[in-house]
Amino acid sequence: MNPVILYSVAALGIVAAASAVILFVVAKKFKVDEDPRIDEVTGLLPGANCGGCGYAGCRNMAEALVKAADQDDISALNCPPGGSDTMSAIGKYLGLDAGETAPAIAVVRCGGTYEKAPAKLEYDGPAKCAISHRLFNGQNGCPYGCLGLGDCVPVCKFNAIYIDKQTGLPVISEEKCTACGACVKACPRAIIELRPKGTENKRVWINCVNKEKGGVAMKNCKAACIACGKCVRECPENAITLNDNLAYIDPAKCTACGKCIVVCPTNAIAATLSKVLGGVGTLSQKGSDLPEAKVIADLAEEVN
Amino acid sequence: MKLKTFTPGGVHPPANKLSANTPTVKLGLPKEASIPLSQHQGASAVPVVKKGDAVKVGTLIARGEAFISANIHSSVSGTVMKIDDVLNASGYKTPAIIIKVDGDAWEENIDRSENLINDITLEPEAIVAKMKEMGIVGLGGATFPTHIKYMMSDDRKADTLVINGVECEPYLTADHRLMLERTDEILQGVRIMMKAGKVDRAVIAVEANKPDAVAIMQTRLGAGQNGCFTGIEAAPLAVKYPQGAEKQLLKALLNREIPSGKLPLDVGCIVNNVGTTLAIYEALQKNKPLFERVVTITGKKLKKTGNFLVRIGTPANMLLEALGEEMPEHTAKIINGGPMMGKAINSLDIPITKGIAGIVLLDESEARRRKPMNCIRCARCVAVCPMGLEPYLLERLAERENFAACEAAAVSDCIECGSCSYTCPSARPLLDYIRHGKVNVMRIMRGRRQQ
Repeated sequence: MNPVILYSVAALGIVAAASAVILFVVAKKFKVDEDPRIDEVTGLLPGANCGGCGYAGCRNMAEALVKAADQDDISALNCPPGGSDTMSAIGKYLGLDAGETAPAIAVVRCGGTYEKAPAKLEYDGPAKCAISHRLFNGQNGCPYGCLGLGDCVPVCKFNAIYIDKQTGLPVISEEKCTACGACVKACPRAIIELRPKGTENKRVWINCVNKEKGGVAMKNCKAACIACGKCVRECPENAITLNDNLAYIDPAKCTACGKCIVVCPTNAIAATLSKVLGGVGTLSQKGSDLPEAKVIADLAEEVN
Repeated sequence: MKLKTFTPGGVHPPANKLSANTPTVKLGLPKEASIPLSQHQGASAVPVVKKGDAVKVGTLIARGEAFISANIHSSVSGTVMKIDDVLNASGYKTPAIIIKVDGDAWEENIDRSENLINDITLEPEAIVAKMKEMGIVGLGGATFPTHIKYMMSDDRKADTLVINGVECEPYLTADHRLMLERTDEILQGVRIMMKAGKVDRAVIAVEANKPDAVAIMQTRLGAGQNGCFTGIEAAPLAVKYPQGAEKQLLKALLNREIPSGKLPLDVGCIVNNVGTTLAIYEALQKNKPLFERVVTITGKKLKKTGNFLVRIGTPANMLLEALGEEMPEHTAKIINGGPMMGKAINSLDIPITKGIAGIVLLDESEARRRKPMNCIRCARCVAVCPMGLEPYLLERLAERENFAACEAAAVSDCIECGSCSYTCPSARPLLDYIRHGKVNVMRIMRGRRQQ
């Protein structure tokens, strides 16, 4: 055999053997111990990397969960898109009780449709709520209401929001929304709120965030909460409070009976209509003349 | 001789100084004055009057307590009706003191005579204290409390005072009229400010499109007796927008460049507007607080245009009434300030504040923005940016909310002059997005500082 080949084989063999030894030593010496549970938990999470939990992505959340598991308490952490199914699966894997969190959904609290709050001014700048918000109070004059330029739409990783061209307001899909909260952060006017989905998806909420006095608010929008207090008096559960000229329904107390909807003079209370209707007889007294604010709620069904 | 101007950048929007030859007229008193508590940069002033109090013209009604803030004085005499929210120029609520006007009684210590007072009795520190007391803020539009500009330390001293009579915004003529009508008082104001700033050189900068103002300044300076105007000169500058911005002005006039994030004082200068100069003269020599200013009302579709001396808190629609005009048909935009940097406002139902130099009514053809098209990378925005930035890049970055890259591209240096948007052949909303980036970058920077 040609000695050149022999030498080459021998030389490479020695290099290989030496490298193997070095790699072996380095691998042992600088080994980073990673908890194998992190990979497992990452696998259990939805993998949407939406950031709804407050962490940068699902893997960060998994690390946080494992870290919390070492302290025997993961109840403070929650994966909104995964919901209680995901969390209980993770809890089961980690051998801990996951906190009970009611499934939530994003709710747009503005009823300022084109019809209810017609535009008085024309905005011809870039279609971005953040820019428009800084510039002025909005085309319809309401300094609290939805600007309708859709900053909430592109931030939704689940395609759960679109702007309805008929009303100019965002519509949130009942099925697709995971309550990750990205839209809540994107809205410069803090109109969107995460509320519990409610039993059988029945929800009632004040469809307005205007804190102006009644008369001032009504000038710009016929669907504004004027803080008349009728709903507060009507509510059998004392779930409604009135602060800064604005009513608020505490979702923890609300039973979605719908009595407040009927008394509201400006139809500023919205609900997931069809579900509520089933349980509330008094609404039928109004016949087909139903509070229009609830049209928005019905759209949730149309989306799907 | 070739006139000085700044480099780089700049644009030449049509001047449209329609009201340049209309003498300033005193506007009548309103029935009710709403005086906002925040008319200046910095923290709002804190009210020192309450409902039912009687006030006179010049009574202190709100005190600026924070470091950057300014006192506010009543511009009318009457009774405080309430302290309540009024709508500001953007349609948002802002707290204001609302005074029901009754007669026109002034505080006794205000000298209402027209005598020119030459002697400066106060020491520099006392002058600065008086500026603060009298609520003097920059009347060029930025409304920065003036006394802060005179707060010097051993390593930050001024050697030159620059009086800004450039008024490079199209349409506006308030400063121009002041320079023509109140020349002597302005020159006395300059002397006071030179003493306050401990400088022996002052330059009054005027753009060459106001030759009458340059001439009158130079004549009066030459006529000064006993060398009282030594060290003061009036310098004409070549016309270019935004020469009235202090950074550009110093570059044009003295060839001094303010480093990024620094102030004129860091290059040894104090810059004040001519309106501010007059206010300082009146505050020091006449004991008169800042409660009125000259406001231009103009627009191509108005038959008459005008300059009015307006009490702060007067509703802006009184200006139109004083002209005897109705809102012209097809008015598409009402602008607070000039068309380049001014802000569109919702209605004329807003009170005049210290920062409003003019109200411009633009009709449909001028106001309408063209539909934005794609950026063609012509780099005209880069060529005209007076700060040497890359507007097309900043716009892209801000649109994608990449604020870290915006910061790296020096978005915080943008002076928001609008030259980029003005020149863009694709009508892209460059400044809108750049401002979006700037606001967010500033917020991030503030957060970092606080940590």
